[in-house]
Amino acid sequence: MATESALIDIQEEEDSTKDLYLTFRIAGADYAVEVGYIKEIITICPVTVVPETPPFIKGIINLRGDIVPVISVRARFGQPEIPYDDATCIVVLDFDDYIIGLIVDKVKGVATIGEENISAPPSAKLSFANEFIKNIGRAKEGVTLMLDIYKLLF
Amino acid sequence: MSEFDRESMLEMFTFEMNQLLESLEENVLRGESGYSMENINEIFRVMHTIKGSAAMMMFPNISTAAHGIEDLFFYLRERNAPDMDYSRITDLVLESMDFIKGEIAKIESGAPSDGDSAEYVSRIRAYLQSLKERAAAPEPEAAVEAPRGADGDTFAARIIYEDGTEMLNVRAFAAAHNLRQRGMTVSHEPSDLIDEAASDYIAENGLRLIITTDQGVGALRDMLSETIYMKEFTLEPAETPAPKTSAEDPKAAAPEPSEKAAAHPAARPARPAGQQSVISVNVSKLDELLKLMGELVISEAMVTQNPELENLELDSFHKETRQLRKIIKDIQDAVMSMRMVPLATTFFKMHRIVRDMCKQLGKDIRLDVIGDETEVDKNIIEHISDPLMHIIRNSIDHGIETPDARVLGGKPETGVVQLEARNSGSDVLITVRDDGAGLDRAKILKKARSAGLLTKPDEDYADREAFQFIFMPGFSTNDQVTEFSGRGVGMDVVSKNLEKVGGSVLVESAAGEGSTFTLKIPLTLAIIEGMMIKMGGGKYILPIISIKDSFKPRRGDVFRDPSGNEMITVRGEVYNIVRLYEFFGLPTRVTEVEDGIMIMVENGDETVCAFADELVGEQQVVVKSLPKYIKKPRGISGCTLLGNGDISLIIDVAGFFG
Repeated sequence: MATESALIDIQEEEDSTKDLYLTFRIAGADYAVEVGYIKEIITICPVTVVPETPPFIKGIINLRGDIVPVISVRARFGQPEIPYDDATCIVVLDFDDYIIGLIVDKVKGVATIGEENISAPPSAKLSFANEFIKNIGRAKEGVTLMLDIYKLLF
Repeated sequence: MSEFDRESMLEMFTFEMNQLLESLEENVLRGESGYSMENINEIFRVMHTIKGSAAMMMFPNISTAAHGIEDLFFYLRERNAPDMDYSRITDLVLESMDFIKGEIAKIESGAPSDGDSAEYVSRIRAYLQSLKERAAAPEPEAAVEAPRGADGDTFAARIIYEDGTEMLNVRAFAAAHNLRQRGMTVSHEPSDLIDEAASDYIAENGLRLIITTDQGVGALRDMLSETIYMKEFTLEPAETPAPKTSAEDPKAAAPEPSEKAAAHPAARPARPAGQQSVISVNVSKLDELLKLMGELVISEAMVTQNPELENLELDSFHKETRQLRKIIKDIQDAVMSMRMVPLATTFFKMHRIVRDMCKQLGKDIRLDVIGDETEVDKNIIEHISDPLMHIIRNSIDHGIETPDARVLGGKPETGVVQLEARNSGSDVLITVRDDGAGLDRAKILKKARSAGLLTKPDEDYADREAFQFIFMPGFSTNDQVTEFSGRGVGMDVVSKNLEKVGGSVLVESAAGEGSTFTLKIPLTLAIIEGMMIKMGGGKYILPIISIKDSFKPRRGDVFRDPSGNEMITVRGEVYNIVRLYEFFGLPTRVTEVEDGIMIMVENGDETVCAFADELVGEQQVVVKSLPKYIKKPRGISGCTLLGNGDISLIIDVAGFFG
């Protein structure tokens, strides 16, 4: 159900994307990225392994003729990886001319988080994953961690 | 052309200009050691065309610069190429040519052409004047024109243009402008040529000109006959009757054939004769065609290898698909051949660099070019011009010694830089060889050490590795910054540009004997013949061109040397083994040599045996580069899409060596 709604191509709504975030679940926590960076969301597909890449780069996929690298957010966070299931999705981002797919456990949906509900993360760096978090958003359902895409990728 | 489409005309104009400038440069450099009549005529013709086109496109600065050179060569031609300072003339022409090149570049990038050519023109004029003065003294012939008086003679001329010529007023304006530039007094009817209504008048009655000149009727006739799109013209003396022209100047009676052609509609100004069978095509159209070709190849594989066809009896289908594949292959060859361009033009540019640098550095260097007919894909050629330039600069500046030092070292005074291109399988090898001092290994390593680039003791670096440091950004062993090098930019451009097209560069050098740079460039980027192999769970493509042989190995032929390197004897020869699953770090079940297959692959003159799980079959593949996010792994040159949509990596055999 969550997957179905997630499969909608979000790109068309680009002009009204302010305060809109795509939220997804990784290892029990909710994460969000600005909808403006999202190119599309696809279900997990076979990934071709490329040698000599860091462990979190899972390989490349064929996205309608384009070759797109995919990274595992779990591996990037240093979390143990789990087998892919029906809910596993690839969130394809268009970030600064890099088209890159993020493998996430499950896409939740699009949430509106106003600026007033966003706060900076605590300054103490307690866990490894902390460095990828840009802000913390509060929504009705709970807390969402907003990802710093640049740090996630590079 | 009823719609005045300036954009597309400009594009055509800059294209033409660039071609003309290339041919000009070639002629000028050839002429430096002595202009032949043929050179002079060609340069004159080219300059004339540039002048005409530029005037028509309303770039007066370009047209006057061209005009200056044209005047000079007009004089040289009249004088039958007298003995003169060729090098000075070459300097003058190249200087103006660079100016024009710069302006064309501005126009191409959409900027206004605002350079001022007056400086160049006045320099040429001054030189021409000095030539004339020198010639006037001993040669009585030159005096003939003198007694014409300051006012000169007045002539009435009428120019009739080709039927249907567009923008007559503009052309008329250019014609009158040309005459004025030669120092003639010109009045014309209609008097207002800026007004478009003038076109109609000219179409009906022709352009009437009253010209006062002291240059003689011959020169005037010559100039008028050069008018573009002209059908015919009449020229007669106004007021004072003058003797018949043909007796006075034989040239007027028999104008140059090339000028006749200029007035002929079939020969557009820039087209030299004999090129009618060639058309020029926008490169983006060829790129599009190539892209479609790639899709066709993939789509063919998708159809003929469709999983739904498996286990069906389809004899006739398979026969037809073989035919289809053959046709596609033929189309592909044709498409590829269209994109192939000889290296000659790129190589020729290097003559200019060698010449200019020798003059400035006081060195004596000859550039030998071998194999410039070798063809390379158009897209690739664009990326090798800069690297070549930097390497040649480096060779001249750092490599080859001054003539004195060379004599002291027992070498001939003239240094030699040899530029050679040749085919080698699916690559083109371009070597730049100089007989200079060679690279200073100790100095390079010292510099690398102080830059913190070294991780091992000096003596552990092979020469090859050490020399590779010169391609690092900001790396220069030159203590002084010269105009040409020493800033550390340049050589890093070489490796960067080559990487973009999947090429590489190798340096060899011997102290005192010179150095050799070898650029390895793929012939084409697009489609290759591949052998699909299975390894672990994945399928990989090995370019057929690298494969020498494949065979089932026997356990007894495989052995290890004391340091653990695995080798195999094949027909009495010993080869290293590269186990692909180990090399790429992939899990596989096939680890026993008897279960897999050995593929003998070669790169240049080196050969190894690659061990894979099994061979799948031959296939044409469209090469795609890996996304830029992924750092290019060793031994992988790119990837390709298979018929079923899977991605397969393409193995770069060169990665197995060194």
